[in-house]
Amino acid sequence: MQYISAAAIPLMIFGIVAFGMSRGIKTFECFIDGAKDGLETSVRILPSLIALLVAITMFRASGALEMLTSLISPLLSVISFPKELAPLALMRPISGSASLALVRDLLTQHGADSFLGRCASVMMGSTETTFYTLAVYFGCVNMKDTRYTVKAALLADLCGMIASVYVVRLMLG
Amino acid sequence: MINYIWGGLMTVSIAAAFLFGRVEEVANAAMQGATEAVTLSLSLLGVMCLWTGIMKIAQHAGVIALFSKLLRPLTRFLFPRLPRDSEALDAIVMNMVANIFGMANAATPLGLKAMKELSRISKSQVASHEMCMFAVINTASLQLIPSTVIALRQGASNPYEIIIPVWIVSVITLAVAVTAAKLFALKE
Repeated sequence: MQYISAAAIPLMIFGIVAFGMSRGIKTFECFIDGAKDGLETSVRILPSLIALLVAITMFRASGALEMLTSLISPLLSVISFPKELAPLALMRPISGSASLALVRDLLTQHGADSFLGRCASVMMGSTETTFYTLAVYFGCVNMKDTRYTVKAALLADLCGMIASVYVVRLMLG
Repeated sequence: MINYIWGGLMTVSIAAAFLFGRVEEVANAAMQGATEAVTLSLSLLGVMCLWTGIMKIAQHAGVIALFSKLLRPLTRFLFPRLPRDSEALDAIVMNMVANIFGMANAATPLGLKAMKELSRISKSQVASHEMCMFAVINTASLQLIPSTVIALRQGASNPYEIIIPVWIVSVITLAVAVTAAKLFALKE
């Protein structure tokens, strides 16, 4: 299992580069071209990352985060969902940069190898910025009524958040 | 919405700082957070570029067209009422493949094209079942390699160990999303 996880990336890179070469693609030039896109994205998200990481770090330092999580913890303990992950679960569907900042915060606070760090990573990797996606997709066609879309998407997100905790507990301990 | 969240976080933090007597900690936290954001985006930059670079090769080599054929049968189940040779279905399949490979730059334009085709078919301001299904699928993450999370996990003893758990949870999320959309569609 560990081996598949570790081998997935090298195998994928091998497959893509070999496939590209077999098709006569200028692999190096393509790579450089694509890497520029990555550079652009990084620069583009920096301002919002600064704004949100400042807000989240302040929120934790002020003691407000602690108060909020202990307020909702009785509710979460019913489904044995760690209260430290509640802010991330709430923020994930709303803002990608904010959840990125929260995961980073959880990883530095508890460590990437901790149970919480692993749960946060899986939650981040297996869900999307639901509201942003819906706004972009329905916005481009001027839809007035999106019917059951938000309900279905948020239900799926909720299941994903809870499943993350259980799957990490089961597979990584 | 993000304006209220951000404003709320900032004002509540500062109010709480005075209330709990943590003014100094919060003042330091503001600067620490700003510095941290730059460190974070620098540490993500390399892996992000590595991945967008590799995916550009995949895109030019025609990976999207190749895997679209494999995903076709699945879309017949998801969108039974769409004609099989419609442009909408083409765009939907290609969008899903681009998402699976983490080609965000390619996925969004394809997704928007699919949405426009679907709205052209439905000719209404109320979303069709196909549009709802397609949007719901896009809110479930299909990504094969969660590259951002792996980049965040640099320094872990095994940054990659979360890949299989992510796949499992993604499949659960997608299954719930599709089932919910199908059931809600039946109910209406």
